[in-house]
Amino acid sequence: MNVLNTLHLYFRYIGISIRSQMQYKASFIMSAVGHMFVCLIEFVGIWALFDRFGSLRGWTLPEIALFYGIAHTAFALAEGFSRGFDIFPSMVRSGDFDRLLLRPRSTVFQVMAQELQMMRIGRFLQGLGILLWAAFSLNVVWTLPRILLTIGAVLGGVSIFSGFFVLQATMSFWTIDTLEIVNTITYGGVETAQYPLTIYRTWFRRFFTFVVPLALINYFPALAILDRPDPLGTPEFLKWISPLLGFLFLLVTLRIWQFGVRHYSSTGS
Amino acid sequence: MLLQYRAAALAGIGTQIFWGLIRVMIFEAFYRSTTAPQPMKLEDVITYVWLGQALLALLPWNSDQEIRGMIRSGTVAYELLRPVDLFNLWYSRSVATRTAPTLLRSIPIFVLAMLYFGMRFPPSAASGGAWALATLGAIVLGCAISTLINISLMWTISGEGVSRLIPAMVMIFSGMLIPLPLFPNWAQSILAFLPFAGLVDTPFRLYMGEIPPSHVFMVLAHQLGWTLALIAIGRFVLSRGIRVLVVQGG
Repeated sequence: MNVLNTLHLYFRYIGISIRSQMQYKASFIMSAVGHMFVCLIEFVGIWALFDRFGSLRGWTLPEIALFYGIAHTAFALAEGFSRGFDIFPSMVRSGDFDRLLLRPRSTVFQVMAQELQMMRIGRFLQGLGILLWAAFSLNVVWTLPRILLTIGAVLGGVSIFSGFFVLQATMSFWTIDTLEIVNTITYGGVETAQYPLTIYRTWFRRFFTFVVPLALINYFPALAILDRPDPLGTPEFLKWISPLLGFLFLLVTLRIWQFGVRHYSSTGS
Repeated sequence: MLLQYRAAALAGIGTQIFWGLIRVMIFEAFYRSTTAPQPMKLEDVITYVWLGQALLALLPWNSDQEIRGMIRSGTVAYELLRPVDLFNLWYSRSVATRTAPTLLRSIPIFVLAMLYFGMRFPPSAASGGAWALATLGAIVLGCAISTLINISLMWTISGEGVSRLIPAMVMIFSGMLIPLPLFPNWAQSILAFLPFAGLVDTPFRLYMGEIPPSHVFMVLAHQLGWTLALIAIGRFVLSRGIRVLVVQGG
């Protein structure tokens, strides 16, 4: 009952958000198309490099497209649904967060539900398009486990990117500066995840495996989908459960968020 | 004013370096995948990337927040009352906002990239001088494009659309995303003709001596020719814009 009620309320919130964004329909369409175009340009760059170099350390363009597609689809969904956390620092600064604390719903729910950014559909569609293109051009037999793992990888990726947004928002309880660093890791993370992690230098790869668990988003699942052995020797089962670890990461960041909320003191403005 | 926000400036420099490192590693990986001769040496690509990271903000990659605000709120009417030519005013604004912050930010990036990340000096003083001249050309050209972006805001409420599409074209056709010589051979003559090459590609290749310093005047002619053409277009569009402009009272 409670869950149903919460869901109902969520759709009410989101419905209002969507309706307000649809007030300027032409503007919405232009920004979504513009956004799609901007994102697509990244892929044009990758295509040009493959046209010039043929392959990337043994990887082909459709394989890279699988990495790219998972990363961008996941990031677009996270950006769309967790936008509330992205704009959260301004809520702390203005004191608007105080109002949320008074309402009988969890803060996570309220922050998340305040906006669903429709414009992100541009990135989502290009990511999905490239993912589908990769699925058809690859020599992979699309068995049910593989399909499920691909969907799981996208959802796990959404969790990890959302986790980044939650962490960034949590930091604003203590500081309003230096948030650009987190931004760098989020956006730099998308850029990094477009390629398999093995092409990077060791220190960098370690950072994005152990400190920032980017490898979970698409590197491990993609290896399993493509049936490739990991040159780094990751056991097979880890590749299959990596999306679950993504959810775990999100849960951990939400715990940190709750810790932050407990230590929040209003600016009073 | 710029020195006031030191933390923000530092974070910005950190971001730029982080991105530069990712891109250098990607190019390294591609170069290690092939033994075929490439139109550009890897060392040159690395220098190209760092020049790009240092001078990124010179590019017309966004619209002017203040002009956007003025058009949205209607205070653009005050701009029309000023006894100066609006195009010249906005053009000089963009020269001012693009150059000062960039040059300040670029110095630490140059120093770090030279010391630690494999960026090289120009092979000769002549190449360096030619690059400096062409950078001036890139600034006047870039500001013509960014003024055009700002003018386009008069037609769209949210400032999306054109102001997003032009920067996307700038990113890919200037060489910022990938050095232009690495694009397919059939695309080279189109890329060289478009104005965007003058923003990044030709100045950078002068720096590395890939384009001999004696060719600097051809590069400048390409940049200035496009600058004049874009200024003419900008003026025309602006005069149309002012005629149809409706400032909502209030």
